[in-house]
Amino acid sequence: MATMAQAIRMALAYGEQHLGVTDIFGEDVGPPLGGVFTCTQGLQTAWNSPLDERGIVGAAIGLAIAGQRPVAEIQFCDYIFNTIDLLKLATNSTWSSGGEFNFPMVIKTTTGSGVHGSIYHSHSFDAIATHIPGWKIVYPSNAVDAYGLMIAALKDSNPVLYLEPKAMLRNKCAERIPGEPEDERALRDMIDAPLGDRKNWKPKWPEGLTDFTVPIGKAKLCRTGADATVVSYGRTLPLCLDAADALVKEGIHYDVLDLRTLMPYDWDAIAQSIKKTGRVLFVNEDTEITNFGEHLLRRTVDEFFYELRVRPRVLAGKHVPGVGMAPTLEDASVPQLPDVLREMRELATEPE
Amino acid sequence: MDERKNRTTQNGMPDWTPQLQLRIHDLMVTTRTVEEQAIRMVRSGDGWFWIGAPGEEALSAPLGLQVRKGQGLDNDYLHLHYRSSPIVLAMGAQPIDILRQMGAKATDPFSRGRNFVNHFAIRKWNVAPMAPTIETQFSIAIGTGIAQRRHGGTGITIVNGGDGGTHEGDFATCLVWSTRPGNELPILMVTANNKYAISTGSCTQHGTPIVERAKAFGIPSRSIDGNDVYSSWKAIAEGMEYVRSERKPFFIEASVSRLNGHSSSSGANRVEEEDCILRFEEKLLHQELATRKELDRVWEKRREEMAQAYEIVKSEPFPPGEDIYRYIFAEPKDQYYDPGSKSQPGDSNNKGGR
Repeated sequence: MATMAQAIRMALAYGEQHLGVTDIFGEDVGPPLGGVFTCTQGLQTAWNSPLDERGIVGAAIGLAIAGQRPVAEIQFCDYIFNTIDLLKLATNSTWSSGGEFNFPMVIKTTTGSGVHGSIYHSHSFDAIATHIPGWKIVYPSNAVDAYGLMIAALKDSNPVLYLEPKAMLRNKCAERIPGEPEDERALRDMIDAPLGDRKNWKPKWPEGLTDFTVPIGKAKLCRTGADATVVSYGRTLPLCLDAADALVKEGIHYDVLDLRTLMPYDWDAIAQSIKKTGRVLFVNEDTEITNFGEHLLRRTVDEFFYELRVRPRVLAGKHVPGVGMAPTLEDASVPQLPDVLREMRELATEPE
Repeated sequence: MDERKNRTTQNGMPDWTPQLQLRIHDLMVTTRTVEEQAIRMVRSGDGWFWIGAPGEEALSAPLGLQVRKGQGLDNDYLHLHYRSSPIVLAMGAQPIDILRQMGAKATDPFSRGRNFVNHFAIRKWNVAPMAPTIETQFSIAIGTGIAQRRHGGTGITIVNGGDGGTHEGDFATCLVWSTRPGNELPILMVTANNKYAISTGSCTQHGTPIVERAKAFGIPSRSIDGNDVYSSWKAIAEGMEYVRSERKPFFIEASVSRLNGHSSSSGANRVEEEDCILRFEEKLLHQELATRKELDRVWEKRREEMAQAYEIVKSEPFPPGEDIYRYIFAEPKDQYYDPGSKSQPGDSNNKGGR
């Protein structure tokens, strides 16, 4: 079973071969490293850029103007903040030019906590990203979706922000990507760069890879239950799944929705579940003030106020400047399994 | 391209025919009069904010005339700033369209009434969308430069900004990325130095000539009098020739005037600095290429045209409010958000504009 990093790598390789990808670039993206999380090892069009985030985003915009199809990486989203005006230009230039120009480009960046990353390797970016109209924003929580969402991003005519939950990049998926070899060791031998000297190494991409696409804007109902709804994405999604599975033993059954795309988001899927359960919790790990979950909660109140059985909730990261190094600080800053379990139990059992 | 060839000798200098010099003069006057008309529109309440080119005509009209105009990698990409109107007018843009953008009218072909005046976006001529985010065009220019380096041929990327903009990191970004060893980029950088960043004297913010920064990166550079048509043409021709053939960057720092201040925010009143058009007219008169009366007639004719264009623009409508949801996304272009629908703009079920 492929890891998320392998899935992204295979999707990019497919993109190079079949979808016109011309440039995969950023800091340490090209050889010898192939990305600090190995996502870009062995790719034909991967190259190393200066350590200059503004240049990376600017170059991607310019390449898109020139008819290329770039995939640019900001190594950690903690370092994307100095590019925000360029991220705005990538989309508002379509709007400001009255549709004269469009920008088919992907910016990928690792996000979130979970790797003991301290203050500057643990940021989330979904709250700020969803404040920039015009971006399509995807956020996979497993390798299969990571592959399919990358394929969708590479086919799109608009800028797509591809958020990678860094704590999950090495996680193996229970399901198999279409075309992925059955033997995971064989896959590793084919596409993982060897340690040490890699000068003469070349990957052997699985021949059966397809353009398997996870459509942008479509959530996935991962568990079905009539008692309550939890909506999440990225690192916190598997926490919700684990909590939902644990609660089954208590007789509580959850709809667990993996949003997968933050913009444009699948409101139909959310609405359908809320109408069924009347109880909803939105979980993510970005800081809680002006959080994307708050928007979803506001819309829930706007549209379902009289149908809700109990107050809707958001569980998000604490509004503190960063995620501290000590495990105790990290656990106290961003949702962990006990937090999710507690919130989900309370939501489902609160009397009407 | 053919036109350029006909005018330019092998050493980069044009055959200074009377026709070419009078053409440049007419373009400079056209630019100046459309800007004057735009300023009047602010004062009469037919527009809200003006920022523009008076003082950069001698630099930018010769630049615009030497651009290889067209779409795609074989032609030149332009990443401009808000004083670049002489460039696009020299390329063939219509003055009335600048007034349409000034008035934020639905007919504004550059931004559909959305952007400030002199913020162009012309896909068929590779004129990249402009923004008032100072110097970001220098970061974006490296992208078209990378594509053109890979493509080969003789198309180049041209990026134009002001001296204040060079205080931004984006300027350094362009210097670094365009000189990566083995990956140099075919970019012509043109900085118009009018000595001010809004109201702040640039000399109080940086201590060395801007051209020295380019030289430190090993970029062939020229420091020129941008108020002089002949010096401008020569440096641009030389720079373009170098970039087209060597596929490496070239830098020009041009000293220019800023004749109406920064923008309408400071009144847009005329200030006492050298006027490049009057200087050029002296040359034309000295060569006996035109009489004073003939030159005055050019001004009168263009002013009349701008006044007539203004009357047309004045009667044109603003874009409808619901237009805000158009072109948030690239496709489909012919559909947009229906404000009567219950779905919201961020909602994937809303088919508007995506």
